[in-house]
Amino acid sequence: MLSKAEIENLLSEIPDPEIPIISIKELGILRDVKLNNDEVEVVITPTYSGCPAMRLIEDQIKEALGEQGIEKFKVTSVLTPAWTTDWITDEAKKKLEDYGIAPPEKFSPDKSLLDPFGPKDLRCPHCKSKDVKMVSQFGSTACKAHYKCNDCLEPFDYFKCI
Amino acid sequence: MNLNEAKLQFVTSQGDDALILSHRVTEWCGHGPELEEDIALSNIGLDLLGQAQSLLNYAGELEGKGRNADDMAYKRIEREFKNLLLVEQPNGNYADTIAKHFFYDVYHYFLLLDLKNSSDEFLRGFAEKSIKEVAYHLRHTSQWVIRFGDGTEESHEKIQTAINQIWKYTGEMFMKDEISDFLEKEGVIPNIDALKAKWEGKVREVLNESTLKYPETTFMAKGGRDGIHSENLGYMLTDMQYLVRTYPDAKWD
Repeated sequence: MLSKAEIENLLSEIPDPEIPIISIKELGILRDVKLNNDEVEVVITPTYSGCPAMRLIEDQIKEALGEQGIEKFKVTSVLTPAWTTDWITDEAKKKLEDYGIAPPEKFSPDKSLLDPFGPKDLRCPHCKSKDVKMVSQFGSTACKAHYKCNDCLEPFDYFKCI
Repeated sequence: MNLNEAKLQFVTSQGDDALILSHRVTEWCGHGPELEEDIALSNIGLDLLGQAQSLLNYAGELEGKGRNADDMAYKRIEREFKNLLLVEQPNGNYADTIAKHFFYDVYHYFLLLDLKNSSDEFLRGFAEKSIKEVAYHLRHTSQWVIRFGDGTEESHEKIQTAINQIWKYTGEMFMKDEISDFLEKEGVIPNIDALKAKWEGKVREVLNESTLKYPETTFMAKGGRDGIHSENLGYMLTDMQYLVRTYPDAKWD
């Protein structure tokens, strides 16, 4: 039987299905691994309520555990505490930017909710210009908004902070 | 009155609002006025669907008959749906859709804000999660109401007409009964009059900025919360439930 840390390491390698350069651990989806007697419980949380990748992530976890010969396990999805972009590690934010997705700013619920002006220090992940324009608050996936850079004219995704 | 039973009524009605609006808005998929809006509406529909799934799973738990969100969505008949008449209304033109969603989003946002302090643990966690999504929905529709209202003569006229026409379905959000009184007393849901005041305040603020008229209240339609629906819901359910009813327990894999 693997230890809790070993199982965590194993699951940390599972990439996010929609943004495969970062793992479900770095994204903050993987919340906890519990050993209840001989059963492994993996706790995950969705980024957005309707995130369509959750089922796939669950399957990937089952596959990874199955490959290690672990038969007794369950995957639990929780809503509390609510996922926030603040859980994305700095290292992962750097990876996002290198991948062409502007990483989320720090989230402050009181100010950010209903703030019509959006992020303040957003920069283009390609040319690093701060002269950017929002095209739509809703992008290619639930967690991203669609932006355009006024300098290099490239479109890009912004990982919305929630 | 039994607390569990009262919670079941409330959670089912909220789950049904999210489910029915989610299904309705996805009828725009592939028909949006521009690509970005098409994507926006699909995203909003997805958020609402996820929220509906959480709520209806919880409703199944409260009910205690082993039903999950899928059973609640696909295996109930029209009379068993407790959604607002507002959310089942047809999409109409884009101004109609925006007006409908705007009124719902303001209600949804302030309700969730209060549910963050509910005495019900599930609802607290659910509200904490969902309000972040709904803040984006409200921002989106507010901006469109302003853009239409303060836009051209034609866009102004279309959004004002849409607002006036859908207005009679907004009263149902704030109708009280013995269940809502009981749930308020138990600290599960907020005071409905206070919620209504916040809703009116925000709606007035956005309509003012949009140079639009706040409609005069006349007749307010009701029935959805009691399962008495407009003709529109039946057609939608026929679409939504067709596969599950024709091929019971069908699986994708």
